[in-house]
Amino acid sequence: MTIRELIPVLDARVLCGDDKLDQEVKTACGSDLMSDVLAFVKDKTVLITGLTNVHVMRTAEMLDIHCVVFARGKVPSEEILEEARELGIVVLATEHTTYTACGLMYVAGIRGTNERSGAHA
Amino acid sequence: MSLLTNTYDVHKGEFETAGDASASIKRKLKQLGVDSAVLRRVAVASYEAELNLIIHSLGGQLTMEMNPEHIVLISKDVGPGIADIDKAMQEGFSTASEEARVLGFGAGMGLPNMRRNADGFAIESQPGIGTTIQMEFRLK
Ligand SMILES: Nc1ncnc2c1ncn2[C@@H]1O[C@H](COP(=O)(O)OP(=O)(O)OP(=O)(O)O)[C@@H](O)[C@H]1O
Ligand SMILES: [Mg+2]
Repeated sequence: MTIRELIPVLDARVLCGDDKLDQEVKTACGSDLMSDVLAFVKDKTVLITGLTNVHVMRTAEMLDIHCVVFARGKVPSEEILEEARELGIVVLATEHTTYTACGLMYVAGIRGTNERSGAHA
Repeated sequence: MSLLTNTYDVHKGEFETAGDASASIKRKLKQLGVDSAVLRRVAVASYEAELNLIIHSLGGQLTMEMNPEHIVLISKDVGPGIADIDKAMQEGFSTASEEARVLGFGAGMGLPNMRRNADGFAIESQPGIGTTIQMEFRLK
């Protein structure tokens, strides 16, 4: 599935990254706790969160997260969107709660990861 | 012999600029063509170390060294030190402030995450003196 195909699944709006919607979505992670995101996330992950501060984008940058979905109608500040634009991260917004957004993505075939990140070699 | 050494000062409580040092390290290593999976592990470990300097330490420095075989990250601070390292290394142990928690940190995952992401991990700490963490990432 691509980010573009994810938009109707989540009834989402694109807040930035219009030109980057054809990237593939492999896994997803739903959390307001960046500490956990840092410990679990792998490749090509979509992050669904209700937390709207600039650290969400910094965390996404470190992990190569290419798409952030702000749930339950949370609207990020212009500062956050500016950071996302600079980093080339697609930002979506949905009225659904984090729980529902994750459920909708799961039903659409996107799985999460239960393994800790960094397990290598 | 290291081909490249970069040192960043990281100040206590400076949340606004949290991640700047790690982002700079990541960009530099990317320009040098470091493999993306290794790069992500370095970036995550570096970010965790940088956040710990901001949240828990009195201030310190983050250093990245690169040689043909390894990337080395060193986090060194001037206190307060960690009294029980075994406890601090356990997932879930955290003394993070409310300020850090509100921003989405303070789950007690950082130190174990650093150890998992690095190929070599060493931590030394003395209460009243400071904490030094050294992490090594193999390039081949
Ligand atoms: N540089 C440091 N100086 C003093 N104490 C530290 C330092 N780094 C970590 N600690 C102590 O070790 C504990 C565990 O650190 P760890 O990074 O694993 O979790 P955390 O920072 O509390 O939360 P998280 O990393 O999940 O956001 C901290 O809560 C703190 O008590
Ligand atoms: Mg930490």
